[in-house]
Amino acid sequence: MSWIAVLEHLPALPEALLLLGTCVLMLVDTFVKDERRAPTYWIAQGTLALCFAATLFVIAFSDLKVIDDRMQVAKYYIFNGLFVADFLSHLVKLVSYAAVSAALVYSRQWLVDRGLLRGEFFSLLLFSLLGMMLLASANSFITVYLGLELMSLCLYALVALNRDSALATEAAMKYFVLGALSSGLLLYGMSMIYGATGTLTIPDVANAVRGLASSSLDHHFLVFGLVFVVAGVAFKLGVVPFHMWIPDVYHGAPTPVTLVIGSGPKLAAFAMAIRLLVNALPALAADWQQMLALLAILSIALGNITAIAQTNLKRMLAYSAIANMGFMLLGLLSGLVDDNWLNRDAAYSAALFYIIIYTVMSVGAFGMLCLLSRAGFDCENLEDMRGLNRRRPWFALLMMLLMLSLAGLPPTAGFYAKLAVFNAAVSAGYLWLAVAAVLLSLVGAYYYLRIVKLMYFDEPKEAAPASSRIQGGVLMSANGLALLLFGIVPQPLMQLCYVAIASL
Amino acid sequence: MLLSLAIWVPVAAGVLVLALGGDRRAPLQRWSALAGSILGFLVTIPLYTSFDNATAAMQFVELAPWIESFNVNYHLGVDGISVLFILLNSFITITVVIAGWTVIESRVGQYLAAFLILSGLLNGVFAALDAVLFYVFFEATLIPMFIIIGIWGGPNRVYAALKFFLYTLFGSLLLLVALLYLYNSSGGSFAILDWHKLPLTLTAQVLLFFGMLFAFAVKVPMWPVHTWLPDAHTEAPTGGSVVLAAILLKLGAYGFVRFTLPILPDASRHLAWLMISLSLIAVVYIGLVALVQTDMKKLIAYSSISHMGFVTLGFFIFNAYGVEGALVQSISHGFVSAALFFCVGVLYDRMHSRVISDYGGVVNTMPKFAALMMLFAMANSGLPATSGFVGEFMVIMGAMKANFWLALVAATTLIFGAAYTLWMYKRVIFGPVANSHVSALEDLNPRELLVLGSLAIAVLFMGIYPLPFTEVMHASVNELLRHVAASKL
Repeated sequence: MSWIAVLEHLPALPEALLLLGTCVLMLVDTFVKDERRAPTYWIAQGTLALCFAATLFVIAFSDLKVIDDRMQVAKYYIFNGLFVADFLSHLVKLVSYAAVSAALVYSRQWLVDRGLLRGEFFSLLLFSLLGMMLLASANSFITVYLGLELMSLCLYALVALNRDSALATEAAMKYFVLGALSSGLLLYGMSMIYGATGTLTIPDVANAVRGLASSSLDHHFLVFGLVFVVAGVAFKLGVVPFHMWIPDVYHGAPTPVTLVIGSGPKLAAFAMAIRLLVNALPALAADWQQMLALLAILSIALGNITAIAQTNLKRMLAYSAIANMGFMLLGLLSGLVDDNWLNRDAAYSAALFYIIIYTVMSVGAFGMLCLLSRAGFDCENLEDMRGLNRRRPWFALLMMLLMLSLAGLPPTAGFYAKLAVFNAAVSAGYLWLAVAAVLLSLVGAYYYLRIVKLMYFDEPKEAAPASSRIQGGVLMSANGLALLLFGIVPQPLMQLCYVAIASL
Repeated sequence: MLLSLAIWVPVAAGVLVLALGGDRRAPLQRWSALAGSILGFLVTIPLYTSFDNATAAMQFVELAPWIESFNVNYHLGVDGISVLFILLNSFITITVVIAGWTVIESRVGQYLAAFLILSGLLNGVFAALDAVLFYVFFEATLIPMFIIIGIWGGPNRVYAALKFFLYTLFGSLLLLVALLYLYNSSGGSFAILDWHKLPLTLTAQVLLFFGMLFAFAVKVPMWPVHTWLPDAHTEAPTGGSVVLAAILLKLGAYGFVRFTLPILPDASRHLAWLMISLSLIAVVYIGLVALVQTDMKKLIAYSSISHMGFVTLGFFIFNAYGVEGALVQSISHGFVSAALFFCVGVLYDRMHSRVISDYGGVVNTMPKFAALMMLFAMANSGLPATSGFVGEFMVIMGAMKANFWLALVAATTLIFGAAYTLWMYKRVIFGPVANSHVSALEDLNPRELLVLGSLAIAVLFMGIYPLPFTEVMHASVNELLRHVAASKL
């Protein structure tokens, strides 16, 4: 292979590095005896840091241009158009590295305490990250499916990491069966669209659909396929009525794995939604926006109302995830208004901003559960938060920031995320949807506040202070304060999201 | 710059107090909180002394881009309507810090920090000229108040804190949708002053009116969305009740003059009958409810609702007497209700009871206290030469201009107000010494005397010479009335 050919594939450098790093990690790990697995751990973190640098490097070498006052980052198609490196994929990847890296920091002590810190955890985690990256950069239905399966298969195995736990194995089984079903649905939908358009490459599909959508027979056929695609996407996002696996998996999986499932894969699923719906099927936007509207409002309602009844924190956060994905959809469904795309950038960047902020919150919330646990004690019930302000005032303050941000209260980042998606819905004319979502977010505020109440107003049930290592504490502080920081200066991140959508 | 200081000095002081650590450093925390609150008040004084009374334009304006994606600006400024609230708030904060000096013993730093941060955020609400900035401050105030009620409150504090939070959040979320609607129909501007000129159809105005009504009516609070207030007041610690009554309730009133009246003038005029009816119900019915209370804090809480009914009444009769009277009443109520809650706090700290029947003959053991409370009770019932009289008199004059019967019903407050306040005063202070606890009471200590004394001076000064308060308002109130009179259709 000539050097030119290698250079052409430079945009895939992060993926290559990650693959290489993971292979090294698997080799090295076979020689590691230490139960803290320091070499493995640092190779994993090093690989992530390298990938981060590589992605920044790729961004630095991408062309910038300004078209109609919109700053755009050039995109590169490689591997015969199977893979696209655009700014959206870079942004999603950067956040995913950070999420996985944070997951490693938060979960290390938790796993050591339970004798679960094995080499598989690292390699499965990094391979699932590779899947997420492929998904974010997919430019063909084939790549979408490959990325999705790579990510999901690793996650199924991770859920069953603690094979002696009946709850975890049951959750893994459920996750696997329903996940396989959803992949099947997605594949079926893709094959329908392939049948109608005769191509798998996303931009070609978009062109072909644009030509076909005018004929009513083809339109019906395409919408038939679209329904299955939307169902597949909805499964991965975990929105009602495709949410049934979320509470059980979140609850059953070991907390560090829940942390992983609740963060990166959501971002990847969002990227998948952008690729399949916005990039491939914009001509059917009027159809899928209606479907998403229904999914959004059902998710927000069911997620927020059911969360109130939970006594297990992980289950509560699972329902909160369902509700939050519903809020995110408010942005995704507001792009096309009366056959014009003026609202497109604002709406999709609102959704992207929402999902990034949600990832930070989700990592923080589950990370907190990991840090507050110790050997022989899993912090996972609401009761366990009781009186945290007495025991660990700083952690209580950070947890309060996380909860207020999830509830969407200023001055935290969660508020601007909600503001952005509500604004998208209002400007698209979905006033009823915005009002309903706003009122349901009031319901949501109740159960987040209940955590604040438990931490601050109630007396501790036990006197023992929660133990945690310095690394986790520092990262948790950064994580919580980041939400305050994004709340005070949300503009830079919003701008990045805007550029990512404008460069699609 | 001054307004930024008014907002961020207390917030920074609060963060500093919080950073000082746990209860071991409580004395240091108290002194630094006091220093912070005094500094916070000092930076607001130039706002009044260099305020230009002749203009209705915004003064001390600060404008900097904040979130360009949404065209949101860090836009601050005050006019004659808002400037006094900032001074009132900064002043009340000092008294709250002093009043909590020895009363609060656990988590002192967190307590003081919550009040300082709250004070900065409240200044932010009154100074914000950008709707998102306003909303951020407006909602952020809920968090410290929630914590104040929930941690240092009475036995039923958790219920009261959650009720307070969810009730007010419900209102403000609808406000958020209204703000987003205005943003989109104004072509992408969150500047409140731009919205004053924005043409809107009557249907849109009426819908927006109700969206905003919930937010502001819950805060004021107006009948029938007032039920959170007695609970919150009863359970909150003294300082919490004081800030709640003196400042937080004014956010609702301020919202009406800053948003509803100038942005939705046609809807305001069309629905004035509704607002006037609700206000009169608050004045009369809640006045009667106050009469039968057995708990002193509840009684003052209902009295607050009744007095705030006067404020909303003044706004919706659309003349200068009414609006200015309502604003004066807001400020006066800030002093008087704060003072009354401090009085109840003084008694509660000694007896740990708020029930009226546990007291009697307090004058025999606490003469200084009895004298000061007498003044505040008189002010609450609207006696001439106290601040309570000025606002009520002006609103009744305004109502008289609008409609005789309206004024007649509104004037009944002078009877009910006197009845419930003075009857409570009689039962608590006069008569024979009721029990051994009362006979063991000690009179005010210097700190309490300082707090109540400074409020007494404010109440008397405002009652005898209200001009310094009203003269800053004239230009802005006239400008507001001009906006209300001009149709946007």
